[in-house]
Amino acid sequence: MNRKVVLRNNILLGLSLALMVAALYMVFIYVPTEKNMGVVQRIFYFHVPIAWVAFLAFFIVFVSSIMYLWKRDMKWDRYAHASAEVGIIFTTLVLITGSIWAKPVWGIWWTWDARLTASLVLWLIYVAYLLLRNYASEQAQGARIAAVLGIIGFIDVPIVALAINIWRTQHPPALIFEGGLGMPGLFTLLVSIAAFTLLFVVLVSYGIILKNQQEEISHLKDVHSEEGG
Amino acid sequence: MENLGYLFAVYSIIWVFFFSYLFYLYRKQQRLQREIDALKKDIITGKSG
Repeated sequence: MNRKVVLRNNILLGLSLALMVAALYMVFIYVPTEKNMGVVQRIFYFHVPIAWVAFLAFFIVFVSSIMYLWKRDMKWDRYAHASAEVGIIFTTLVLITGSIWAKPVWGIWWTWDARLTASLVLWLIYVAYLLLRNYASEQAQGARIAAVLGIIGFIDVPIVALAINIWRTQHPPALIFEGGLGMPGLFTLLVSIAAFTLLFVVLVSYGIILKNQQEEISHLKDVHSEEGG
Repeated sequence: MENLGYLFAVYSIIWVFFFSYLFYLYRKQQRLQREIDALKKDIITGKSG
């Protein structure tokens, strides 16, 4: 493993955790309690940044997939793969945290609302993306099919983002653009977004290290079998 | 402080997820590194033997 990369990742992880502590302080102490929803509204300050990072992850899958199909360089495939894995973790958390927020506010855990359904579809698309890779008979074929799905699947991201504007949904509107948060809320949200974005960078970076190690193992096995034979 | 349980559940789940994932990545990285070292050792001893 490259020591410089490991050191850089550890520094980024430390920075990300420090920002998380700052975000926690702001969410629980600094930001005032919302009048209508009460303390449960504070879930918003982690739910929204996690959703933003999930979109970012799938955007990276989209761009890396285009680059892979264009350049046929496995480096791009590794970026896409690592980003999709982390994107699924974040999307899973978006669905779980949204559902827990919905129970006290709407009185139900889940409803087939346009935003929620599109988010679930997004999660399913990228789970299929990972499964496809695992079932492909050869690496290049899996990478090629996954790249196509990574590009087509991204269509669902703007659908999730714009669902609240296109259809009548139960999901709350984007408070950030309507000025409904106030300065403390907006500042807290930005710190939380920064913390999760940094955490995302660290996780993807660790994921890429793993993919490089797997590549090295496969290369060493080839050398080993050639020498053995 | 109504609904504090929901808030607690959300934050617990988030941290359990992230720390478990980080731990998984760390363990897998260590395992793969051991495999790389073993393969390199095998290749070197194969060459010298």
